[in-house]
Amino acid sequence: MQEETLSPPKPPERRDRVVIRFAGDSGDGMQLAGTRFTETSAAFGNDLATFPSFPAEIRAPQGSLAGVSSFQVHIADWDILTHGDEADVLVAMNPAALKTNVRDVVPGGLILVNEDAFDERNLEKAGYETNPLLDDSLSGFHLLTAPMEKLTKIAVKDTGVKGRAVLRSKNFFALGLISWMFNRPTAPILEWVKTKFGEDHPVARANIEAFRAGFNFGNTTEEFHHTFEVAPAKLPAGEYANITGNQALAWGLVAAAKAANLQLFLGSYPITPATSILEEIARLKHFGVKTFQAEDEIAGVGVSLGAAFAGHLAVTTTSGPGVALKSETLSLALMTELPLVLVDVQRAGPSTGLPTKVEQSDLMMALHGRHGEAPLPVIAPASPSDAFAVAMEAARIALKYMTPVILLSDGYLANSAEPWQIPDFDALPEFDISYTTEPNGPDGNFLPYARNEETGARPWAIPGTPGLEHRVGGLEKEALTGNVSYDPDNHELMTLARAAKIAGIADDIPELEVEGPDDAKILVVSWGSTYGAVRAGVINATKEGTPTAHVHLRHLNPLPRNLEHILRSYDKVLVPELNTGQLASVIRSAYLVPTATLNKVQGAPFMAHEITKKIIDMTEDPS
Amino acid sequence: MTTETRYSRADFQSGQEVKWCPGCGDYTILASVQNFLAELDVDREKHVFVSGIGCASRFPYYMNTYGMHSIHGRAPAIATGVALANPDLTVWVITGDGDGLSIGGNHLIHALRRNVDLKILLFNNQIYGLTKGQYSPTSELGKRTKTSPAGSVDHPFNPVSLALGTEATFVARTIDMDRPHTTDMLRAAYGHKGTAFIEIYQNCNVFNDKAFQILTGRQERDANRIYLEAGKPIVFGADNEMGVTVGLDGAKIVKVAEVGMDAIAVHDPAKPNPGVAFLLSRLSHGPTGPTPIGIFRQVQRQTYGDLMMGQIEEAKERNANASISDLVSQHGTWKVE
Ligand SMILES: Cc1ncc(C[n+]2csc(CCOP(=O)(O)OP(=O)(O)O)c2C)c(N)n1
Ligand code: SF4
Ligand SMILES: [Mg+2]
Repeated sequence: MQEETLSPPKPPERRDRVVIRFAGDSGDGMQLAGTRFTETSAAFGNDLATFPSFPAEIRAPQGSLAGVSSFQVHIADWDILTHGDEADVLVAMNPAALKTNVRDVVPGGLILVNEDAFDERNLEKAGYETNPLLDDSLSGFHLLTAPMEKLTKIAVKDTGVKGRAVLRSKNFFALGLISWMFNRPTAPILEWVKTKFGEDHPVARANIEAFRAGFNFGNTTEEFHHTFEVAPAKLPAGEYANITGNQALAWGLVAAAKAANLQLFLGSYPITPATSILEEIARLKHFGVKTFQAEDEIAGVGVSLGAAFAGHLAVTTTSGPGVALKSETLSLALMTELPLVLVDVQRAGPSTGLPTKVEQSDLMMALHGRHGEAPLPVIAPASPSDAFAVAMEAARIALKYMTPVILLSDGYLANSAEPWQIPDFDALPEFDISYTTEPNGPDGNFLPYARNEETGARPWAIPGTPGLEHRVGGLEKEALTGNVSYDPDNHELMTLARAAKIAGIADDIPELEVEGPDDAKILVVSWGSTYGAVRAGVINATKEGTPTAHVHLRHLNPLPRNLEHILRSYDKVLVPELNTGQLASVIRSAYLVPTATLNKVQGAPFMAHEITKKIIDMTEDPS
Repeated sequence: MTTETRYSRADFQSGQEVKWCPGCGDYTILASVQNFLAELDVDREKHVFVSGIGCASRFPYYMNTYGMHSIHGRAPAIATGVALANPDLTVWVITGDGDGLSIGGNHLIHALRRNVDLKILLFNNQIYGLTKGQYSPTSELGKRTKTSPAGSVDHPFNPVSLALGTEATFVARTIDMDRPHTTDMLRAAYGHKGTAFIEIYQNCNVFNDKAFQILTGRQERDANRIYLEAGKPIVFGADNEMGVTVGLDGAKIVKVAEVGMDAIAVHDPAKPNPGVAFLLSRLSHGPTGPTPIGIFRQVQRQTYGDLMMGQIEEAKERNANASISDLVSQHGTWKVE
């Protein structure tokens, strides 16, 4: 395509940020359109954050409200924190997509619809009694319509695609039109199509022609003569990649295995939204990683525990229902004191709940959801890119302290993307891990439960090591020898020793740093994926005249040493969570500090303005 | 027949007090395994015993090898992880009829179909021993126990049929009391590459005594033990007067004199199709009449571990010196100045 001839005639309007949402039927290719728009914006140098939202049913009826899939991307010329509360631009490919998404569009925002899909049948499926394009229900917005299906059909007629495949390219028409409106570089998109489908493949040609038709439609249609520009962001210098939370976890685990000079072993059973970690790591066999798709979650953690016993860096990935199944094996891992990382990509529960939606409701299960006295370290990433470092941290703790570690990600982090400043991989810290190969007992015998004085960890002597033959298992172990012991005092001693080992990790994690002004009276405490929205909400509250401090927890067990001091330094404490108040309960019971809560269990992330509003309401509340 | 080796049975005794009930068949099996390993002369540290929960599953604590006494039913999964992590090890699974066929049935069948390099010994005493005598998935129909006071209405599994149904590559049966035969089965299982499954009839003299009486009692055993031997006609009885024929309507017990020796089936455990082995396993549904003992099936199939390592080696060759930087840059990166 010759871009010169297509450049928009009027100078574009400059914006510092724009939120665009692509919405359509799940078969309309909206995730793909959104991802391509994101990638080209990343290449252009915008900061960005994305939020894909999928229907739970893969085959929800076409055109139905349940079948709507959307992808929101926030692009900016500055360092943003969230995927954006509301959309400035909505692309709606059918009536159902319009209906389910219009409430999230800012007043006066731009709505671009595929008018060909607004026929009687689709309107009825979406529950519209009259056509919203013809009545004045959208009068508060700037409505633009395009006959996307008709124009796509014309555009692809000589490309060789036939039948139903013809209309599949309409997402590229929409993408072309939006790319024109936002002055996006087209080369990355066209290059991607060629590599993906093969340069001369009819599908590649059809997508390119549809894209071009959309782009040209913008250029030549009077109505569309308003275009926008979002300049590149001034991010810290360095090399960047766009990364989702699940990708970051996968790569972080591979990096951790390298840092520890161990082989990575992942035993898992597919479950939304964790599956793509297994899929990503299964592709990385050239790193020597072993992946095992087990018959169920119990076997997934079982094979991993076996691999840990035999000396691998063992990981199992799942979501809430799977954690429930793995619980008994986690207790065995804790009892046998073997290193293991369990990744829980939380989804909205209980039971199958809303499997594709976000919630932070497994915190209590991670902290307490095991039989017996069974404390484990729990950590959580704050953003998609943070998941890389948190994966490494989970592995570090597991290996150093010979314990299972629970990493709590969630469905929002799993699929959302943001630019990640690529670390210098050669400079990443190495873990000092070694197997025990010599007897450690006073008379040349091996004591599998003799603890390291500093960490409380027991030695890791792997099968195959001559002279250190020993048995581990679920029955209580005698301190030092590891022989089965029914002695009551020994059981208490071992229970306390296991707990002390985990509590002691607090000395090995960084103290918290509070963000915010010195004169703040309110402290907001958050954890996990709400970081961006909470941070933005706190900044806005401060700007609006309520100085507010913010502290974000990566480590949820043990809690950082200085948390109590921080909590006691403010008049009020607010804990916003995507659950009904689980961290708030932990804080209250650990420190007896009164905490206010802001809870949301709608399967959706916080919006920054919800946080701001709550903070301001708290200052107005005299209590 | 013992040759000189580095080891004696004592080298495989862990020194932990063995706590099974006096007279339990588990003692006999422990002795058979310890003696076999001593005779085998493989480095002691190369053996790993992984068990679930139950009387049988206490086994690893008594072995001076590496071991894990894990949780109820999960030993095949955990052992799979050990075997895949380190193919140089010999990984033994010790399980019971409750552990392996009830709570852990799923893991057992999947280990068998995958052909992971494991030696699975299922101690079948047709009862839950550790929990003091409830009926198990191999207890006979109508069995009266504390949880089935009116008799069990649970149709039992035949473990050998089940294993053959998964297309396991090595399936055998032996009896605790028959130590030479147990040792032969252990040796064959050890030599088999892939999952080897041995059902061991084990007497629980406290909660299910004499369950295998017709196979172990002096009076009855000759008339009821059918030894399966590769390449030999399947005959049994004090004077080999009885035999087995195999036809479309199943395997049948016949008098050799009545059908003639030529009609008697010749045992071939290496048949690729598990069909005949399955028919033989149906000769008895539990030890209530003449029962085949020995190797039902032994065939070669690539192991899961070899296939997995093959893919890894191939990927490494195609992509030597892989670094995380390369991985990330393939994904598409950009520079901010
Ligand atoms: C999760 C769980 N459920 C139940 C039990 C109780 N339990 C222990 S052993 C056992 C049955 C064992 O039977 P089997 O496998 O036949 O072994 P045996 O004792 O007969 O050798 C049961 C039900 C347990 N330990 N764990
Ligand atoms: S209860 Fe039965 S199986 Fe268990 S140790 Fe005693 S005799 Fe053996
Ligand atoms: Mg039993």
